Amino acid sequence: MSLRVRIKKRLSKSFLLESEFETSSCCLGILGASGCGKSMTLKCIAGIETPDEGLIALNGRTLFDSRKKINLKPQQRRAGYLFQNYALFPRMTVLENISAALGGPRKQRREAACAWIERLGLGGLGAQYPHRLSGGQQQRAALARMLIREPELILLDEPFSALDACLREQMQILLQDILETHGDVVLVTHNRDEAYRLCSEMLVMESGKALKKGPVREMFRRPGSVGVARLTGCKNICAVQRSGEREVYASSWGLSLRTAEKVGGEITHIGIRAHDFEPAARQSHNVLPLKVRRKSEDPFEHIVLFTNAAAQAPEEQGELWWKYSKYSGWQVPQKLYIAPENILLLVP
Amino acid sequence: MKPFEMDFSPILISLKTASAAIVATFFLGVFAARRVAALKSRQAKMVLDGILTLPLVLPPTVAGFFLLAVFGVKGPVGKFLVDFFSVKIAFSWEATVLAAAAISFPLMYRSARGALEQVDPNLVYAAKTLGMPEWKIFWKVSLPSALPGVAAGGVLAFARGLGEFGATSMIAGNIAGKTRTLPLAIYSEVAAGNMEAAYDYVIVIVLFSFIVVAAMNYFTVLEKRK
Repeated sequence: MSLRVRIKKRLSKSFLLESEFETSSCCLGILGASGCGKSMTLKCIAGIETPDEGLIALNGRTLFDSRKKINLKPQQRRAGYLFQNYALFPRMTVLENISAALGGPRKQRREAACAWIERLGLGGLGAQYPHRLSGGQQQRAALARMLIREPELILLDEPFSALDACLREQMQILLQDILETHGDVVLVTHNRDEAYRLCSEMLVMESGKALKKGPVREMFRRPGSVGVARLTGCKNICAVQRSGEREVYASSWGLSLRTAEKVGGEITHIGIRAHDFEPAARQSHNVLPLKVRRKSEDPFEHIVLFTNAAAQAPEEQGELWWKYSKYSGWQVPQKLYIAPENILLLVP
Repeated sequence: MKPFEMDFSPILISLKTASAAIVATFFLGVFAARRVAALKSRQAKMVLDGILTLPLVLPPTVAGFFLLAVFGVKGPVGKFLVDFFSVKIAFSWEATVLAAAAISFPLMYRSARGALEQVDPNLVYAAKTLGMPEWKIFWKVSLPSALPGVAAGGVLAFARGLGEFGATSMIAGNIAGKTRTLPLAIYSEVAAGNMEAAYDYVIVIVLFSFIVVAAMNYFTVLEKRK
Protein backbone atom coordinates (compact mmCIF):
# COMPACT_ATOMS: atom_id res chain seq x y z
CA MET A 1 0.00 0.00 0.00
CA SER A 2 0.99 3.56 -0.07
CA LEU A 3 -0.51 6.06 2.26
CA ARG A 4 0.42 9.72 2.19
CA VAL A 5 -0.75 11.97 4.95
CA ARG A 6 0.09 15.62 5.37
CA ILE A 7 -2.54 17.33 7.46
CA LYS A 8 -3.02 20.21 9.83
CA LYS A 9 -5.90 20.58 12.21
CA ARG A 10 -6.32 23.07 14.99
CA LEU A 11 -7.97 21.29 17.90
CA SER A 12 -7.81 24.09 20.42
CA LYS A 13 -6.09 27.44 20.77
CA SER A 14 -2.93 25.81 22.02
CA PHE A 15 -3.08 22.48 20.22
CA LEU A 16 -2.24 22.21 16.56
CA LEU A 17 -2.14 18.75 15.05
CA GLU A 18 0.47 18.52 12.32
CA SER A 19 0.71 15.01 11.03
CA GLU A 20 2.94 14.23 8.12
CA PHE A 21 4.08 10.84 6.98
CA GLU A 22 4.25 8.53 4.07
CA THR A 23 4.29 4.79 4.34
CA SER A 24 4.43 1.81 2.11
CA SER A 25 4.90 -0.79 4.78
CA CYS A 26 2.22 -3.30 5.56
CA CYS A 27 1.70 -2.26 9.15
CA LEU A 28 2.43 1.19 10.48
CA GLY A 29 2.18 1.80 14.21
CA ILE A 30 1.50 5.28 15.55
CA LEU A 31 2.85 5.45 19.07
CA GLY A 32 2.14 8.31 21.41
CA ALA A 33 0.79 9.28 24.81
CA SER A 34 -2.93 9.87 25.28
CA GLY A 35 -4.05 13.13 23.73
CA CYS A 36 -1.10 13.48 21.37
CA GLY A 37 -3.35 13.52 18.31
CA LYS A 38 -2.79 10.00 17.09
CA SER A 39 -6.46 9.01 17.18
CA MET A 40 -7.40 12.28 15.50
CA THR A 41 -4.95 11.49 12.71
CA LEU A 42 -6.64 8.14 12.27
CA LYS A 43 -10.09 9.74 12.21
CA CYS A 44 -8.94 12.19 9.56
CA ILE A 45 -7.72 9.32 7.40
CA ALA A 46 -11.06 7.55 7.81
CA GLY A 47 -12.94 10.74 6.97
CA ILE A 48 -14.74 10.97 10.30
CA GLU A 49 -12.96 14.24 11.04
CA THR A 50 -11.94 16.83 8.50
CA PRO A 51 -8.50 18.40 8.67
CA ASP A 52 -8.20 22.17 8.26
CA GLU A 53 -5.77 21.74 5.41
CA GLY A 54 -3.54 19.19 3.79
CA LEU A 55 -3.62 16.05 1.74
CA ILE A 56 -4.45 12.40 2.27
CA ALA A 57 -3.89 9.88 -0.49
CA LEU A 58 -4.29 6.12 -0.44
CA ASN A 59 -2.78 3.97 -3.20
CA GLY A 60 -2.72 6.98 -5.50
CA ARG A 61 -6.34 7.83 -4.77
CA THR A 62 -6.86 11.28 -3.25
CA LEU A 63 -9.09 11.01 -0.21
CA PHE A 64 -8.66 14.57 0.91
CA ASP A 65 -7.07 17.61 -0.64
CA SER A 66 -7.84 21.01 0.81
CA ARG A 67 -6.43 22.83 -2.21
CA LYS A 68 -8.42 20.91 -4.80
CA LYS A 69 -11.42 20.85 -2.46
CA ILE A 70 -11.57 17.09 -2.47
CA ASN A 71 -13.05 15.47 0.61
CA LEU A 72 -14.36 11.97 0.06
CA LYS A 73 -17.05 10.74 2.41
CA PRO A 74 -16.04 7.98 4.81
CA GLN A 75 -18.30 5.70 2.77
CA GLN A 76 -16.18 6.23 -0.32
CA ARG A 77 -12.77 5.87 1.29
CA ARG A 78 -12.71 2.09 1.69
CA ALA A 79 -10.92 2.38 5.00
CA GLY A 80 -12.06 0.00 7.73
CA TYR A 81 -11.96 1.39 11.26
CA LEU A 82 -11.88 -0.71 14.40
CA PHE A 83 -13.10 1.36 17.32
CA GLN A 84 -11.76 1.17 20.83
CA ASN A 85 -15.20 0.22 22.15
CA TYR A 86 -15.88 -1.85 18.98
CA ALA A 87 -19.08 0.16 18.21
CA LEU A 88 -21.16 -2.90 17.43
CA PHE A 89 -24.74 -1.97 16.63
CA PRO A 90 -26.54 -2.84 19.87
CA ARG A 91 -29.90 -3.71 18.33
CA MET A 92 -28.57 -6.09 15.75
CA THR A 93 -27.42 -9.64 16.29
CA VAL A 94 -23.84 -10.55 15.54
CA LEU A 95 -24.92 -11.88 12.17
CA GLU A 96 -26.88 -8.72 11.37
CA ASN A 97 -23.97 -6.57 12.48
CA ILE A 98 -21.58 -8.35 10.18
CA SER A 99 -23.91 -8.31 7.19
CA ALA A 100 -25.31 -4.80 7.90
CA ALA A 101 -23.27 -2.99 5.29
CA LEU A 102 -23.43 -5.64 2.59
CA GLY A 103 -25.51 -5.31 -0.53
CA GLY A 104 -27.03 -8.04 -2.63
CA PRO A 105 -29.61 -10.73 -1.96
CA ARG A 106 -30.35 -11.67 1.64
CA LYS A 107 -29.23 -15.26 1.33
CA GLN A 108 -25.89 -14.31 -0.13
CA ARG A 109 -25.25 -11.72 2.60
CA ARG A 110 -26.09 -14.28 5.23
CA GLU A 111 -23.72 -16.84 3.79
CA ALA A 112 -20.86 -14.36 3.58
CA ALA A 113 -21.43 -13.28 7.18
CA CYS A 114 -21.62 -16.88 8.38
CA ALA A 115 -18.31 -17.65 6.72
CA TRP A 116 -16.68 -14.81 8.64
CA ILE A 117 -18.33 -15.89 11.87
CA GLU A 118 -16.75 -19.31 11.50
CA ARG A 119 -13.43 -17.87 10.46
CA LEU A 120 -13.09 -15.74 13.57
CA GLY A 121 -14.24 -18.47 15.91
CA LEU A 122 -17.64 -16.98 16.68
CA GLY A 123 -19.49 -20.15 15.71
CA GLY A 124 -22.87 -20.41 17.42
CA LEU A 125 -22.95 -16.75 18.41
CA GLY A 126 -24.50 -15.40 15.22
CA ALA A 127 -27.93 -14.95 16.77
CA GLN A 128 -26.66 -13.28 19.95
CA TYR A 129 -26.81 -9.57 20.68
CA PRO A 130 -23.45 -7.85 21.23
CA HIS A 131 -23.94 -7.15 24.95
CA ARG A 132 -24.09 -10.90 25.56
CA LEU A 133 -20.60 -11.34 24.17
CA SER A 134 -17.30 -11.11 26.00
CA GLY A 135 -14.86 -8.34 25.14
CA GLY A 136 -12.77 -10.60 22.94
CA GLN A 137 -15.82 -11.91 21.10
CA GLN A 138 -17.09 -8.38 20.55
CA GLN A 139 -13.78 -7.42 19.08
CA ARG A 140 -13.77 -10.39 16.76
CA ALA A 141 -17.31 -9.54 15.65
CA ALA A 142 -16.22 -5.96 14.95
CA LEU A 143 -13.22 -7.28 13.03
CA ALA A 144 -15.42 -9.54 10.96
CA ARG A 145 -17.80 -6.68 10.23
CA MET A 146 -14.88 -4.60 9.03
CA LEU A 147 -13.02 -7.27 7.06
CA ILE A 148 -16.08 -8.51 5.20
CA ARG A 149 -16.09 -5.15 3.37
CA GLU A 150 -12.56 -5.85 2.12
CA PRO A 151 -11.15 -2.45 3.02
CA GLU A 152 -8.08 -1.14 1.25
CA LEU A 153 -6.74 0.10 4.52
CA ILE A 154 -7.38 -1.08 8.06
CA LEU A 155 -7.31 1.48 10.86
CA LEU A 156 -7.02 0.16 14.41
CA ASP A 157 -7.63 2.58 17.27
CA GLU A 158 -6.12 1.23 20.50
CA PRO A 159 -7.56 -2.17 19.68
CA PHE A 160 -6.44 -3.97 22.82
CA SER A 161 -6.90 -1.36 25.51
CA ALA A 162 -10.26 -2.68 26.67
CA LEU A 163 -9.17 -6.32 26.96
CA ASP A 164 -7.70 -8.04 29.97
CA ALA A 165 -4.09 -9.18 29.82
CA CYS A 166 -4.83 -12.78 28.88
CA LEU A 167 -7.29 -11.97 26.11
CA ARG A 168 -5.07 -9.21 24.85
CA GLU A 169 -2.26 -11.58 24.00
CA GLN A 170 -4.64 -14.02 22.32
CA MET A 171 -6.14 -11.24 20.23
CA GLN A 172 -2.72 -9.93 19.29
CA ILE A 173 -1.77 -13.33 17.92
CA LEU A 174 -5.08 -13.61 16.07
CA LEU A 175 -4.73 -10.12 14.68
CA GLN A 176 -1.18 -10.83 13.56
CA ASP A 177 -2.48 -13.68 11.42
CA ILE A 178 -5.27 -11.60 9.96
CA LEU A 179 -3.04 -8.63 9.28
CA GLU A 180 -0.58 -10.78 7.42
CA THR A 181 -3.26 -11.85 4.98
CA HIS A 182 -5.07 -8.54 4.72
CA GLY A 183 -2.09 -6.22 4.45
CA ASP A 184 -2.29 -2.56 4.94
CA VAL A 185 -2.80 -1.43 8.47
CA VAL A 186 -2.36 1.65 10.60
CA LEU A 187 -2.39 0.85 14.30
CA VAL A 188 -2.68 3.58 16.91
CA THR A 189 -1.45 2.70 20.36
CA HIS A 190 0.16 4.07 23.49
CA ASN A 191 1.59 0.65 24.24
CA ARG A 192 5.12 0.11 22.95
CA ASP A 193 4.87 -3.67 23.30
CA GLU A 194 1.90 -3.72 20.95
CA ALA A 195 3.68 -1.55 18.43
CA TYR A 196 6.79 -3.70 18.63
CA ARG A 197 4.88 -6.94 18.28
CA LEU A 198 2.52 -6.02 15.47
CA CYS A 199 4.10 -3.31 13.37
CA SER A 200 6.90 -3.21 10.88
CA GLU A 201 7.17 0.57 10.87
CA MET A 202 6.51 3.05 13.59
CA LEU A 203 5.69 6.72 13.80
CA VAL A 204 6.15 8.41 17.14
CA MET A 205 3.93 11.39 17.95
CA GLU A 206 4.11 13.92 20.73
CA SER A 207 1.72 16.83 21.38
CA GLY A 208 0.37 16.89 17.87
CA LYS A 209 3.67 16.56 16.03
CA ALA A 210 5.19 13.56 14.33
CA LEU A 211 8.61 13.13 15.95
CA LYS A 212 10.15 10.32 13.98
CA LYS A 213 9.32 7.45 11.71
CA GLY A 214 11.27 4.33 10.93
CA PRO A 215 11.41 0.54 11.10
CA VAL A 216 10.18 -0.59 14.50
CA ARG A 217 13.27 -2.41 15.68
CA GLU A 218 15.51 0.40 14.58
CA MET A 219 13.36 2.91 16.48
CA PHE A 220 13.79 0.93 19.67
CA ARG A 221 17.50 0.40 19.13
CA ARG A 222 18.31 3.98 18.24
CA PRO A 223 15.49 6.28 19.36
CA GLY A 224 17.63 9.34 18.66
CA SER A 225 15.63 11.87 20.64
CA VAL A 226 14.37 12.25 24.18
CA GLY A 227 10.70 12.08 23.19
CA VAL A 228 11.10 8.89 21.17
CA ALA A 229 13.24 7.29 23.85
CA ARG A 230 10.65 8.04 26.51
CA LEU A 231 7.74 6.75 24.41
CA THR A 232 9.58 3.57 23.54
CA GLY A 233 9.87 2.94 27.25
CA CYS A 234 13.34 4.17 28.13
CA LYS A 235 13.28 4.66 31.91
CA ASN A 236 16.58 6.43 32.49
CA ILE A 237 17.05 9.69 30.64
CA CYS A 238 19.51 12.33 31.77
CA ALA A 239 20.97 15.58 30.50
CA VAL A 240 24.68 15.23 29.75
CA GLN A 241 27.76 17.27 28.95
CA ARG A 242 30.16 16.01 26.36
CA SER A 243 33.45 15.28 28.04
CA GLY A 244 35.34 13.45 25.32
CA GLU A 245 35.00 12.02 21.84
CA ARG A 246 33.24 8.98 23.25
CA GLU A 247 32.53 10.13 26.75
CA VAL A 248 29.78 12.07 28.49
CA TYR A 249 29.13 13.30 31.99
CA ALA A 250 25.63 12.78 33.38
CA SER A 251 25.36 15.45 36.05
CA SER A 252 22.20 14.38 37.83
CA TRP A 253 23.65 10.90 38.29
CA GLY A 254 27.17 12.18 39.03
CA LEU A 255 28.46 9.73 36.49
CA SER A 256 30.96 9.70 33.65
CA LEU A 257 30.13 7.21 30.92
CA ARG A 258 31.85 5.91 27.83
CA THR A 259 29.79 5.49 24.70
CA ALA A 260 30.29 3.25 21.73
CA GLU A 261 29.39 5.95 19.25
CA LYS A 262 31.04 9.30 18.80
CA VAL A 263 29.26 12.00 20.77
CA GLY A 264 28.22 14.76 18.40
CA GLY A 265 27.84 18.36 19.49
CA GLU A 266 24.06 18.14 19.19
CA ILE A 267 23.75 15.44 21.86
CA THR A 268 22.16 16.83 25.02
CA HIS A 269 20.84 13.70 26.72
CA ILE A 270 21.52 10.04 27.08
CA GLY A 271 19.12 7.21 27.73
CA ILE A 272 19.70 3.86 29.37
CA ARG A 273 17.05 1.17 29.22
CA ALA A 274 16.22 -0.34 32.58
CA HIS A 275 16.96 -3.84 31.28
CA ASP A 276 20.40 -2.98 29.96
CA PHE A 277 22.21 -2.85 33.28
CA GLU A 278 24.01 -5.95 34.46
CA PRO A 279 26.02 -6.80 37.57
CA ALA A 280 29.57 -5.53 37.09
CA ALA A 281 32.28 -8.12 36.62
CA ARG A 282 35.80 -6.83 36.14
CA GLN A 283 35.01 -3.85 33.91
CA SER A 284 37.00 -0.71 34.56
CA HIS A 285 34.60 1.84 33.13
CA ASN A 286 30.84 2.49 33.03
CA VAL A 287 30.56 0.93 36.44
CA LEU A 288 28.44 2.46 39.11
CA PRO A 289 28.11 1.50 42.74
CA LEU A 290 24.49 1.45 43.70
CA LYS A 291 22.56 2.55 46.69
CA VAL A 292 19.14 0.90 46.59
CA ARG A 293 16.29 3.31 47.22
CA ARG A 294 13.32 1.13 46.55
CA LYS A 295 12.58 -2.36 45.32
CA SER A 296 9.47 -3.83 43.83
CA GLU A 297 8.64 -6.77 41.69
CA ASP A 298 6.57 -7.92 38.77
CA PRO A 299 5.56 -11.56 38.31
CA PHE A 300 8.73 -12.31 36.38
CA GLU A 301 10.94 -9.32 37.05
CA HIS A 302 12.66 -7.49 39.85
CA ILE A 303 12.59 -3.72 39.75
CA VAL A 304 15.25 -1.78 41.58
CA LEU A 305 15.33 1.99 41.98
CA PHE A 306 18.77 3.19 42.91
CA THR A 307 21.11 6.15 42.98
CA ASN A 308 24.83 6.39 42.40
CA ALA A 309 26.40 5.49 45.75
CA ALA A 310 29.61 7.30 44.82
CA ALA A 311 27.86 10.62 44.30
CA GLN A 312 27.53 12.85 47.35
CA ALA A 313 26.05 16.11 46.13
CA PRO A 314 22.27 16.46 46.45
CA GLU A 315 21.90 17.35 42.76
CA GLU A 316 23.55 14.05 41.83
CA GLN A 317 20.89 11.91 43.46
CA GLY A 318 18.79 11.27 40.33
CA GLU A 319 17.13 7.88 40.57
CA LEU A 320 17.79 5.14 38.05
CA TRP A 321 15.72 2.10 37.19
CA TRP A 322 17.06 -1.38 36.81
CA LYS A 323 14.88 -4.29 35.82
CA TYR A 324 16.08 -7.84 35.65
CA SER A 325 14.52 -11.20 35.10
CA LYS A 326 13.84 -13.44 38.06
CA TYR A 327 15.34 -16.27 36.04
CA SER A 328 18.69 -14.54 35.63
CA GLY A 329 19.86 -15.86 39.00
CA TRP A 330 21.24 -12.41 39.83
CA GLN A 331 21.29 -10.83 43.27
CA VAL A 332 21.43 -7.09 43.74
CA PRO A 333 25.19 -6.52 43.40
CA GLN A 334 27.50 -3.85 44.76
CA LYS A 335 28.10 -2.40 41.35
CA LEU A 336 26.27 -2.32 38.02
CA TYR A 337 27.75 -2.15 34.58
CA ILE A 338 26.30 -0.55 31.48
CA ALA A 339 27.84 -1.47 28.14
CA PRO A 340 28.88 1.53 26.03
CA GLU A 341 26.84 0.28 23.07
CA ASN A 342 23.71 0.35 25.24
CA ILE A 343 23.97 4.05 25.92
CA LEU A 344 21.47 5.84 23.71
CA LEU A 345 22.64 9.22 22.50
CA LEU A 346 19.73 11.62 22.31
CA VAL A 347 18.94 15.05 20.96
CA PRO A 348 16.21 17.07 22.69
CA MET B 1 -81.61 7.85 38.70
CA LYS B 2 -81.65 8.50 35.03
CA PRO B 3 -80.90 5.66 32.64
CA PHE B 4 -77.35 5.32 31.32
CA GLU B 5 -77.07 7.27 28.13
CA MET B 6 -73.70 8.44 27.04
CA ASP B 7 -72.66 10.06 23.79
CA PHE B 8 -69.67 8.04 22.61
CA SER B 9 -68.78 10.37 19.75
CA PRO B 10 -66.29 12.51 21.76
CA ILE B 11 -64.38 9.35 22.70
CA LEU B 12 -64.18 8.20 19.10
CA ILE B 13 -63.27 11.65 17.83
CA SER B 14 -60.56 12.00 20.45
CA LEU B 15 -59.04 8.59 19.66
CA LYS B 16 -59.15 9.28 15.93
CA THR B 17 -57.64 12.72 16.40
CA ALA B 18 -54.88 11.59 18.73
CA SER B 19 -54.00 8.65 16.48
CA ALA B 20 -53.82 10.76 13.33
CA ALA B 21 -51.89 13.47 15.15
CA ILE B 22 -49.29 11.08 16.57
CA VAL B 23 -48.47 9.70 13.13
CA ALA B 24 -47.78 13.20 11.82
CA THR B 25 -46.02 14.27 14.99
CA PHE B 26 -43.82 11.19 15.10
CA PHE B 27 -42.36 11.63 11.64
CA LEU B 28 -42.14 15.41 11.78
CA GLY B 29 -40.65 15.31 15.27
CA VAL B 30 -38.03 12.69 14.41
CA PHE B 31 -37.20 14.50 11.19
CA ALA B 32 -36.81 17.84 12.98
CA ALA B 33 -34.81 16.21 15.77
CA ARG B 34 -32.43 14.68 13.27
CA ARG B 35 -31.96 17.96 11.44
CA VAL B 36 -31.39 20.02 14.58
CA ALA B 37 -29.10 17.41 16.16
CA ALA B 38 -26.95 17.47 13.02
CA LEU B 39 -26.60 21.27 12.99
CA LYS B 40 -23.05 22.45 13.53
CA SER B 41 -23.65 26.07 14.48
CA ARG B 42 -24.63 26.47 18.11
CA GLN B 43 -26.54 29.69 17.54
CA ALA B 44 -28.63 28.20 14.76
CA LYS B 45 -29.32 25.23 17.00
CA MET B 46 -30.50 27.44 19.84
CA VAL B 47 -32.77 29.61 17.69
CA LEU B 48 -34.29 26.70 15.80
CA ASP B 49 -34.76 24.72 18.98
CA GLY B 50 -36.49 27.71 20.55
CA ILE B 51 -38.92 28.07 17.67
CA LEU B 52 -39.72 24.36 17.58
CA THR B 53 -40.31 24.25 21.34
CA LEU B 54 -42.51 27.33 21.39
CA PRO B 55 -45.87 25.53 21.08
CA LEU B 56 -45.05 23.74 24.34
CA VAL B 57 -44.46 26.88 26.37
CA LEU B 58 -47.00 29.20 24.76
CA PRO B 59 -50.54 29.17 26.13
CA PRO B 60 -52.46 26.76 23.88
CA THR B 61 -54.87 29.55 22.98
CA VAL B 62 -51.98 31.56 21.57
CA ALA B 63 -50.83 28.55 19.55
CA GLY B 64 -54.43 28.17 18.40
CA PHE B 65 -54.51 31.84 17.48
CA PHE B 66 -51.49 31.41 15.24
CA LEU B 67 -52.97 28.29 13.68
CA LEU B 68 -56.15 30.24 12.96
CA ALA B 69 -54.13 33.07 11.48
CA VAL B 70 -52.37 30.68 9.12
CA PHE B 71 -54.99 28.02 8.41
CA GLY B 72 -58.16 30.09 8.86
CA VAL B 73 -60.22 30.96 5.81
CA LYS B 74 -58.46 34.32 5.61
CA GLY B 75 -55.03 32.97 6.51
CA PRO B 76 -52.49 32.39 3.72
CA VAL B 77 -52.56 28.59 3.79
CA GLY B 78 -56.26 28.36 4.58
CA LYS B 79 -57.13 30.71 1.72
CA PHE B 80 -54.92 28.77 -0.67
CA LEU B 81 -56.60 25.48 0.26
CA VAL B 82 -60.08 26.94 -0.14
CA ASP B 83 -59.26 28.63 -3.46
CA PHE B 84 -57.53 25.71 -5.12
CA PHE B 85 -58.90 22.58 -3.47
CA SER B 86 -62.14 23.87 -1.96
CA VAL B 87 -60.97 22.41 1.34
CA LYS B 88 -61.82 24.29 4.47
CA ILE B 89 -59.56 23.38 7.36
CA ALA B 90 -60.86 25.62 10.12
CA PHE B 91 -63.71 24.13 12.17
CA SER B 92 -63.41 20.71 10.54
CA TRP B 93 -62.26 17.43 12.03
CA GLU B 94 -58.89 17.93 10.32
CA ALA B 95 -58.43 21.06 12.42
CA THR B 96 -58.52 18.98 15.63
CA VAL B 97 -55.68 16.88 14.20
CA LEU B 98 -53.79 20.02 13.25
CA ALA B 99 -54.16 21.47 16.73
CA ALA B 100 -53.22 18.23 18.51
CA ALA B 101 -50.22 17.72 16.24
CA ALA B 102 -48.98 21.27 16.65
CA ILE B 103 -49.24 21.19 20.44
CA SER B 104 -47.74 17.71 20.91
CA PHE B 105 -44.96 18.22 18.36
CA PRO B 106 -42.43 19.77 20.80
CA LEU B 107 -42.70 16.80 23.18
CA MET B 108 -41.90 14.39 20.38
CA TYR B 109 -39.18 16.57 18.93
CA ARG B 110 -37.43 17.20 22.23
CA SER B 111 -37.48 13.57 23.37
CA ALA B 112 -36.29 12.36 20.00
CA ARG B 113 -33.53 14.93 19.85
CA GLY B 114 -32.32 14.08 23.35
CA ALA B 115 -32.33 10.39 22.53
CA LEU B 116 -30.57 10.86 19.20
CA GLU B 117 -27.89 13.01 20.74
CA GLN B 118 -27.25 10.29 23.31
CA VAL B 119 -26.45 7.72 20.65
CA ASP B 120 -22.76 6.79 20.71
CA PRO B 121 -21.30 8.76 17.79
CA ASN B 122 -18.89 5.89 17.16
CA LEU B 123 -21.87 3.77 16.02
CA VAL B 124 -22.58 6.28 13.28
CA TYR B 125 -18.92 6.61 12.38
CA ALA B 126 -18.54 2.86 12.25
CA ALA B 127 -21.53 2.60 9.93
CA LYS B 128 -20.05 5.31 7.73
CA THR B 129 -16.66 3.63 7.42
CA LEU B 130 -18.48 0.41 6.56
CA GLY B 131 -19.98 2.26 3.63
CA MET B 132 -23.61 2.35 4.75
CA PRO B 133 -25.67 5.12 3.10
CA GLU B 134 -26.87 7.93 5.37
CA TRP B 135 -30.57 7.03 5.29
CA LYS B 136 -29.77 3.44 6.18
CA ILE B 137 -27.55 4.57 9.05
CA PHE B 138 -30.40 6.65 10.41
CA TRP B 139 -33.14 4.04 10.17
CA LYS B 140 -31.04 0.98 11.02
CA VAL B 141 -28.50 2.32 13.50
CA SER B 142 -29.31 5.72 15.03
CA LEU B 143 -33.07 5.41 15.44
CA PRO B 144 -33.07 1.87 16.87
CA SER B 145 -30.35 2.88 19.34
CA ALA B 146 -32.42 5.88 20.38
CA LEU B 147 -35.64 3.89 20.49
CA PRO B 148 -36.44 4.00 24.22
CA GLY B 149 -36.28 7.79 24.25
CA VAL B 150 -38.10 8.16 20.97
CA ALA B 151 -40.86 5.78 22.08
CA ALA B 152 -41.27 7.58 25.38
CA GLY B 153 -41.56 10.85 23.49
CA GLY B 154 -44.18 9.30 21.22
CA VAL B 155 -46.26 8.12 24.16
CA LEU B 156 -46.09 11.53 25.83
CA ALA B 157 -47.00 13.26 22.60
CA PHE B 158 -49.95 10.90 22.13
CA ALA B 159 -51.21 11.63 25.64
CA ARG B 160 -50.81 15.35 25.10
CA GLY B 161 -52.71 15.15 21.81
CA LEU B 162 -55.51 13.28 23.55
CA GLY B 163 -55.83 16.03 26.13
CA GLU B 164 -55.57 18.98 23.78
CA PHE B 165 -58.15 21.67 24.54
CA GLY B 166 -57.06 25.26 24.04
CA ALA B 167 -55.78 25.29 20.49
CA THR B 168 -58.52 22.88 19.40
CA SER B 169 -61.26 25.16 20.64
CA MET B 170 -59.65 28.07 18.81
CA ILE B 171 -59.30 26.51 15.36
CA ALA B 172 -61.69 23.56 15.41
CA GLY B 173 -64.40 24.93 17.63
CA ASN B 174 -66.73 22.74 19.61
CA ILE B 175 -69.07 21.15 17.11
CA ALA B 176 -70.82 18.12 18.60
CA GLY B 177 -70.14 14.93 16.65
CA LYS B 178 -67.54 16.65 14.52
CA THR B 179 -64.88 18.49 16.46
CA ARG B 180 -66.00 17.92 20.03
CA THR B 181 -63.17 15.89 21.57
CA LEU B 182 -63.20 14.53 25.11
CA PRO B 183 -61.77 17.62 26.83
CA LEU B 184 -64.21 19.83 24.96
CA ALA B 185 -67.07 17.51 25.80
CA ILE B 186 -66.17 17.70 29.49
CA TYR B 187 -66.07 21.46 29.29
CA SER B 188 -69.43 21.61 27.50
CA GLU B 189 -71.14 19.24 29.94
CA VAL B 190 -69.90 21.18 32.94
CA ALA B 191 -70.92 24.46 31.30
CA ALA B 192 -74.40 23.01 30.75
CA GLY B 193 -74.54 21.80 34.36
CA ASN B 194 -74.47 18.07 33.51
CA MET B 195 -71.92 17.05 36.08
CA GLU B 196 -72.87 13.36 35.80
CA ALA B 197 -72.07 13.21 32.09
CA ALA B 198 -68.86 15.12 32.71
CA TYR B 199 -67.89 12.50 35.31
CA ASP B 200 -68.21 9.73 32.75
CA TYR B 201 -65.94 11.50 30.31
CA VAL B 202 -63.49 12.34 33.07
CA ILE B 203 -63.29 8.68 34.07
CA VAL B 204 -62.66 7.68 30.46
CA ILE B 205 -59.87 10.19 29.99
CA VAL B 206 -58.25 9.35 33.34
CA LEU B 207 -58.30 5.68 32.34
CA PHE B 208 -56.78 6.41 28.96
CA SER B 209 -54.07 8.57 30.44
CA PHE B 210 -53.25 5.96 33.05
CA ILE B 211 -53.00 3.21 30.47
CA VAL B 212 -50.69 5.35 28.37
CA VAL B 213 -48.33 6.10 31.27
CA ALA B 214 -48.40 2.48 32.43
CA ALA B 215 -47.56 1.35 28.92
CA MET B 216 -44.66 3.75 28.81
CA ASN B 217 -43.30 2.45 32.10
CA TYR B 218 -43.73 -1.11 30.93
CA PHE B 219 -41.67 -0.42 27.81
CA THR B 220 -38.97 1.24 29.87
CA VAL B 221 -38.72 -1.73 32.21
CA LEU B 222 -38.73 -4.15 29.29
CA GLU B 223 -35.98 -2.10 27.72
CA LYS B 224 -33.81 -2.18 30.82
CA ARG B 225 -34.18 -5.92 31.21
CA LYS B 226 -33.04 -6.56 27.66
